[in-house]
Amino acid sequence: MDGMLDLLVSAGFWAAALRIATPLILGTLGALVCERSGVLNLGIEGIMTAGAMTGWLVVYLGAGLWMGVLAAFLVGMAFGLLHGAFTVPLGLSQHVTGIGITLLATALAYFTYRMILPETASPPRIEPFPPLDLPFLSDVPFVGQVLGQQTALTWLAFALVGLVAWILYRTPLGLALRAVGENPAAAEAQGIDVYALRIGAIMAGSGLMAIGGAFLTMSAFNAFFFEMVAGRGWICIALVVFASWRPGKALLGALLFGAFDAFQVRLQQELGAQGIPYQLFLMLPYLLSIAALIAVSRRAAYPQALMIPYRKGER
Amino acid sequence: MRLEPRPHVPPGLRIGAPVAAALVAFGLSAVPIAATGAPVLEAYALLLQGAFGSTFALAETLTRATPLILTGLAVAIAFRANLWNIGAEGQLYAGALAAVMIGGGALSLPAPLLLPAVLVAGAAAGALLLLVPTLLKLRFGVDEVVTTLLLNFVVLLFVQMMLEGPLQDPMGMGWPQSAPVIGAAELPRLIPRTRVHAGLLLALVLAVAAWLYAERTTWGLQARAVGTGVAAARYAGMNVTAILLRTALISGGLAGLAGVSEIAGLRGYLTQDLSPGFGYSGIVVAMLAQLNPLGCVLSALFIAGVFVGADSMSRALGVSSYLANLIVATSLLTMLLAGLFTRYRLRRG
Repeated sequence: MDGMLDLLVSAGFWAAALRIATPLILGTLGALVCERSGVLNLGIEGIMTAGAMTGWLVVYLGAGLWMGVLAAFLVGMAFGLLHGAFTVPLGLSQHVTGIGITLLATALAYFTYRMILPETASPPRIEPFPPLDLPFLSDVPFVGQVLGQQTALTWLAFALVGLVAWILYRTPLGLALRAVGENPAAAEAQGIDVYALRIGAIMAGSGLMAIGGAFLTMSAFNAFFFEMVAGRGWICIALVVFASWRPGKALLGALLFGAFDAFQVRLQQELGAQGIPYQLFLMLPYLLSIAALIAVSRRAAYPQALMIPYRKGER
Repeated sequence: MRLEPRPHVPPGLRIGAPVAAALVAFGLSAVPIAATGAPVLEAYALLLQGAFGSTFALAETLTRATPLILTGLAVAIAFRANLWNIGAEGQLYAGALAAVMIGGGALSLPAPLLLPAVLVAGAAAGALLLLVPTLLKLRFGVDEVVTTLLLNFVVLLFVQMMLEGPLQDPMGMGWPQSAPVIGAAELPRLIPRTRVHAGLLLALVLAVAAWLYAERTTWGLQARAVGTGVAAARYAGMNVTAILLRTALISGGLAGLAGVSEIAGLRGYLTQDLSPGFGYSGIVVAMLAQLNPLGCVLSALFIAGVFVGADSMSRALGVSSYLANLIVATSLLTMLLAGLFTRYRLRRG
């Protein structure tokens, strides 16, 4: 087990943890924005898939990397609009609509991919975001090695956590958003347009989810694969509860999760040699998520209006 | 514009709305087909032909519909009680795992008892798997949507582990698959020279039983009351905990049977790819049926037809068979709207 201790002080390990955490940070942040407005968005798994495909496709077709990110964001917003239209003014079941969005977004992504590449065994690679070499940071011994390996999208994720936290807690928009998620009737009485704000939040949140997906193709794997999102979206839904709907804690949760995941990969290599099935390690993230949900359930401060459809003018 | 509940739903609308929704879904899905450059009408004609156009096609559709009826029933029974079981996929694999363990020769029972034992074991495995998230919901208030979903991944990994470990077929040339269930644990074929098996009969009988349960028994009506409003049900003196646990056992059991039926009726042995998402499609089946158990039979046939038909269309025209997923997902969304407009009407002002 000495190897484990060495691991925890190795820069490579923490760099991997950050890499694994990045899509989770973006996805969790996106889900958090939706849920803060009172709408659960189970479309996340599909929206991340669509974001991954879109980002890849745009770059594959020759546009710049940031165009890919923007395109993924817009595609995410479009699915968010669809989810919002179904769940906000129409008040349809947020669970079922969300699952429908996941199925639709995944199917569209796969269909489009197959349309462009009817038969290829090996998915074509794109030139991904390069590691961002920051002049001052790279000189700091340990931190420089960890952060110096990260790409612009990881930095963007950090920045967005700050931005979302600032909007939520320091701006009138954030106050209105939280009010809409807690008590829409009272918010409406104060002249807030509940529908517009909720749909806006779902669109923005879904856009963030899609960028989380785009990270996978544009910064991590450099190509699009089927099933590549692999349950990350669902993990994000659990992480939001774990984070008690707070951006700072969402960042922390995603980082912990990333560290844990990086750790279990190493643990797998170490203990797999001793005949312990690797699947046990792959199960751990999911079991850990469930354990975290149980642990925080007692003090879970759900936005009071979460999953409750609101109809204008009704109390 | 606002939505106003309809005091009375005309029967024509009740039947017409889902049909219209399916047509709209096909209309919307024509856009991506056209984008590939394929002839849309020909594609749909081939799809229809591939799903229902011959004895072979029809038999394949029925075979494909069998697990979908069962997972659809599982989801419908749970959703009616507001138990959001998104874990039918995992419960299906749990049932399948139990089926190969009991039916693979581990239990030496006389032939007439073996098949019932396999069915009971599979149903129990699925039921127990849903019991866990339900207990977590009741005891700790943990959202069952997330837990049932996460457990799908856990179960699939567990199945992989078993198939690469204790359950691996020594005669399987290293493939991660289980040994086949022994003959006495097999469900008989219904139609010679096709793959239609007695699991279809089982699914149909259970659909009728589920309908009777949901609409005609005290338990079913209580579950419905809990689904309409927990507080009101509790106020009316109902034991909400017992009702939800009962619902979980029935729902999980049905999904578990879907796994048994695929093993004992079709595959004979367990592999990691036993289900191409039957559990998730079950959600669509249940929603298309507006949570009506008898409707699940029709919607399962529809979805099975789309998948089987799309496969053969895909081979003929070279349009990706992911089109089937696209049609099914679009149908789910249009059907949600259809359901809404059956219950409500749009009023000005």
